[in-house]
Amino acid sequence: MTLIQDEGRNGYQQLGVSVSGAVDIDSLAIGNRLVGNNKSSAGLEVLLGGLTLEFSSKTVFAITGADSSPHLDGVAVPMNVSCVAHPGARLELGMVSSGLRSYVAVAGGVAVAELLGSRSTHIASELGGIDGRPVDEGDVFELGTPNVEELSGLILEDQIVLSGELTVRVILGPQDNEFSVSGIDTLLGSSYVVTDQSNRQGLRLDGPEIESASGRYDIISDAVVNGSIQIPGDGKPIILLADRQTTGGYAKIATVASVDLSILGQASPGTIIRFVGISVEEAQSLLLSREQRIYETELIDVVDSLTVQVDGLDVRAGVAENGSVKLANIEGSIYPISVDEYSPAE
Amino acid sequence: MPVASSATTGDEIEVFPRIVPAGDSAILVELGSEIDPSINDRVYELANSIEQANIDAVIELVPTYRSILVSYDPLVAGYSEVFDLLGSLLDSSSASEEKSGFEAKIIELPVVYGGVDGPDIDNVAEAAGMSRQEVIDIHSGVDYRVYMIGFAPGFPYLGGLDERIATPRLKTPRVSVPAGSVGIAESQTGVYPNASPGGWQLIGRTAVKLFDVEKSSPSLITPGSKVRFVPVQAHE
Repeated sequence: MTLIQDEGRNGYQQLGVSVSGAVDIDSLAIGNRLVGNNKSSAGLEVLLGGLTLEFSSKTVFAITGADSSPHLDGVAVPMNVSCVAHPGARLELGMVSSGLRSYVAVAGGVAVAELLGSRSTHIASELGGIDGRPVDEGDVFELGTPNVEELSGLILEDQIVLSGELTVRVILGPQDNEFSVSGIDTLLGSSYVVTDQSNRQGLRLDGPEIESASGRYDIISDAVVNGSIQIPGDGKPIILLADRQTTGGYAKIATVASVDLSILGQASPGTIIRFVGISVEEAQSLLLSREQRIYETELIDVVDSLTVQVDGLDVRAGVAENGSVKLANIEGSIYPISVDEYSPAE
Repeated sequence: MPVASSATTGDEIEVFPRIVPAGDSAILVELGSEIDPSINDRVYELANSIEQANIDAVIELVPTYRSILVSYDPLVAGYSEVFDLLGSLLDSSSASEEKSGFEAKIIELPVVYGGVDGPDIDNVAEAAGMSRQEVIDIHSGVDYRVYMIGFAPGFPYLGGLDERIATPRLKTPRVSVPAGSVGIAESQTGVYPNASPGGWQLIGRTAVKLFDVEKSSPSLITPGSKVRFVPVQAHE
């Protein structure tokens, strides 16, 4: 399933409108940065891979998030690198090898109409994207105007590595007072597993039951946030994510630190989660570091300095740091290329 | 371990207002722990004074029955700064005991009761031991407070239903409830702005469009307003 998503639809929660937006917001942000977009540009969120796109004009794009071994006209395209697609080129995403969601960012962004200030698709309320539905075979979308004309092959180092075991930092509250001391100890001292009853609305976890102080788990319905950890009557946590409803009637024992929300968007069923408590100040300073990492770290040019002459043109070719990426730099644009054998320059 | 707030045994007396973090990008202000019109009045008074204060870091407010969620950008202002600002707004709003003279807007909704529009009205009448007409008279005889909006775009949580017509939800929820359906669930009544699954007892339907994304204020019913149901014979 592919959805058009951006940073989300903020400002209308008091009217019951869900925020939605990319679940792995970091991957969309990195993709947007790689193709020179603004933070608010919309891209494609591809669940489990399996998407084919055809470009009708020359377009700079980047694939981020879960590795779906993308290919452009049959040539492997590296993850997390900006590349150029020629008119008529076909981009194919295979099945993801780990994680859940790949993101396709395109220079200029996917320019479907904005609805209440956002292009994000919220399926439950049929809002945003294309008529509030997933992308379907045959859909055609316009792209916005790119901010930059050409981009060289860029990569942001220190990508988060997906793993089957996650440590998730949380801030206790807002309703931790509804739980017993032993209930809080259970949350912070146990392992939970992500069940297959999980989606963009939230992750349902299985593991030890969390004890409430009074024996009841219901509260008078109030607002929830991205990362709210609700404990329903069975004592098993539910972590709310991007597509959550605006309000809920279960007590919220803790809230996931924003910096750890993106990785939860890649937590497939079976992933083990351990919670660790931090202060709100620590969480805010982690968030600042994340902003600096994504927006201020200098992008690395992945292509080395080997230059060859092809049809009278100077072509720079090389491999990326991980040794598996093959790219060519032709007049400043980076293209994935097929190379049978490569030896580094002397 | 440093934590933002501490666990209690649950039998301590809770003191309101309670200002607590809801993660690193929101603060929850709880003004009480029950459904009560005067607490809900204070929610909207406080929401109003937060809006008037025009705090740069504040992104949006979600007022509910007895609390307000204040979401903010922690890269613009940190937790303690926003906490202090909210604390001082609370102090000044509770200092002025006088009502702000705020008159709730009344939204009138024409409703066709019973028939295909309200297939469950006989369930309600039977449970209440009264006639269909009495149910209609009682339901349309009061103005309902919009305590909050949640669940779905424009879905109002209304308070003030006469206990005589309070009815449990359907045993099996409907897969799709038509847009505009007016329902009863226990002592709540409400309107479905859009077609959605639902388990409320449906007693009527309004043809008024409650939620329209093309409008700058998309929801006809807003939190803090009142709703009056007006019986009509047929949709216009």
